[in-house]
Amino acid sequence: MTEERLIIPRKTTNKFFLTIAIGVILLIAGIIMMAAGGGAEHGGGHGEAAAAGHEAASWTKRLFLNLWLNNVYFSGIALIGVFFVAIQYVAYAGWSVLIKRIPEALGYFLPIGAIVMIVVFLFGGHDIFHWTHEYLYDVNDPRYDPIIAGKSGYLNFWFFLIRMVVFFALWILFFNWLRRNSINEDLHGGLTYYNKSITISAMFLVVFGVSSSMSAWDWVLSIDTHWFSTMFGWYVFASWFVAGLSAITLTVVILKQNGYLKLVNANHLHDLGKFVFAFSIFWTYIWFSQFMLIWYANIPEESIYFLDRLDPHYKWIFFFNLIINFAFPFLVLMTRDAKRQMIMLKIVTIAILIGHWFDFYLMMMPGTMRGDAGIGFIEIGTTLIFLGVFLVTFTKGLTKASLVPVNHPFIEESIHHHV
Amino acid sequence: MNKKFVLGIYDDEDVLLDAIENVRAAGTKIYDVFSPYPVHGIDDVLGIKRSRLPIVAFFCGLFGTSFALWMQIWMLGFDWPMIIGGKPHIAIPAFIPVTFELTVLCAAFGMVITFFIVSRLKPSFKVNVFDKRSTDDKFVMAIEVKEGVTDMSALNNLLRSNGAIEVNEKEVIK
Repeated sequence: MTEERLIIPRKTTNKFFLTIAIGVILLIAGIIMMAAGGGAEHGGGHGEAAAAGHEAASWTKRLFLNLWLNNVYFSGIALIGVFFVAIQYVAYAGWSVLIKRIPEALGYFLPIGAIVMIVVFLFGGHDIFHWTHEYLYDVNDPRYDPIIAGKSGYLNFWFFLIRMVVFFALWILFFNWLRRNSINEDLHGGLTYYNKSITISAMFLVVFGVSSSMSAWDWVLSIDTHWFSTMFGWYVFASWFVAGLSAITLTVVILKQNGYLKLVNANHLHDLGKFVFAFSIFWTYIWFSQFMLIWYANIPEESIYFLDRLDPHYKWIFFFNLIINFAFPFLVLMTRDAKRQMIMLKIVTIAILIGHWFDFYLMMMPGTMRGDAGIGFIEIGTTLIFLGVFLVTFTKGLTKASLVPVNHPFIEESIHHHV
Repeated sequence: MNKKFVLGIYDDEDVLLDAIENVRAAGTKIYDVFSPYPVHGIDDVLGIKRSRLPIVAFFCGLFGTSFALWMQIWMLGFDWPMIIGGKPHIAIPAFIPVTFELTVLCAAFGMVITFFIVSRLKPSFKVNVFDKRSTDDKFVMAIEVKEGVTDMSALNNLLRSNGAIEVNEKEVIK
């Protein structure tokens, strides 16, 4: 078994930095336009929902929300990388050994995600989370909100911050732990590292089960403070997981098209394709389970969530979300041949990655930006910056170790994988 | 009608796969190969085309979807409209679970029934076991003998030179 080192050409790195630069320029242009024109460019051409007399959201609020949105999205993908490796270990999976370094390297974004998330929360918390306002808890204030005050045991500044720090600390700890064992295995071989990785993975999965659900409540659900849904932890997990699987599959396809991962063949792609196909359906199942119960019961405090999203301003995203994240992958990836072809996988995974960005957009914007949300320079700029930073850290992580885990005990099984 | 078969018995998976390739390359048509367990890659070397059963499944599923939607829309929207929970008569979200179930049911049953018909599986189906050891630890390659056409000794040599541990003959009453 020979090592396979990824070399990122200077040109590619420059492209990543160019992405960041374009993002910065677009973001600054967007901020200037919004600050000067009072949100003249909002809406990006659709929806004049901002009714007269309605106070327009400031550019800082919009910026913080975009930072939050992208950070939750990209940190989620990074976390799914670690999660994917962990389930492969716990399941004693052999097929995935050849592609295991890719999800592993996704985790390198986690420290950046942690810092950005804490900073954005400290400076933009009031813009993103309604519940952070002190007056809501003050009985003598006219703006006192008994419902939110009742949740203060869980939703308060310090506990929220502690949870955020603890979750990220645990995720980064487990990521580093798994990664170190994986690299040591390359160097020294033997079964010790493999057996240890299984134990670490099993512990991580317990942590992940609790923390992924709770972080979904904290970072996404608490934006709509009054509203609640018991499906929400699953919903955010499903969205993250299918986006993460798409990111893994897309990376495998791109690396293969550039002459790397020579041992990976159509059978591995087939399994990745099945994963993407299955979990896009799983996401839809969760989406529908959440939607139908609320639609059927039709209780105002619950249905307001979907009424906001069926508002003319967001309606197109609401349906676009279902088409790009369910109908498109479902119909395109249904046949065996499609799952085994790189071009098909590439199209579908890119569509899913875009689709789930919109999914998070739809989870966060209606509760905060209301009618002032749009897809403009600020949105595109922030996303490009995050994408660039993510790709730089991710590819750097990929170059740090051989793409083939040379001493993994199941490496032969993976090479001869056949479906 | 009686059919005569030559059976090449193999005791190794890899030898068997090579033998299948060589026998087919020599122009001999293999009737079938019997194995105690599924052998990876045997379909490819035997030149068996992929089943078209998934296409049947897709159309059966499509039938299930349209049937379920038509049934509910017609029943609850036109034949016997009722107000349920203050919802419109044709309330699509409420129809989705039934539509999903019928899609799965029709796809699964359609596929199984089609499979039975295509492979002629019926209660009176008689299975020819060429060699009982193919259910234990041996692989059996069956080649149909055409009276007067097949050169028996050449076939025998071909099988043996490709690693068959035994070559037997068997007559099967159809």
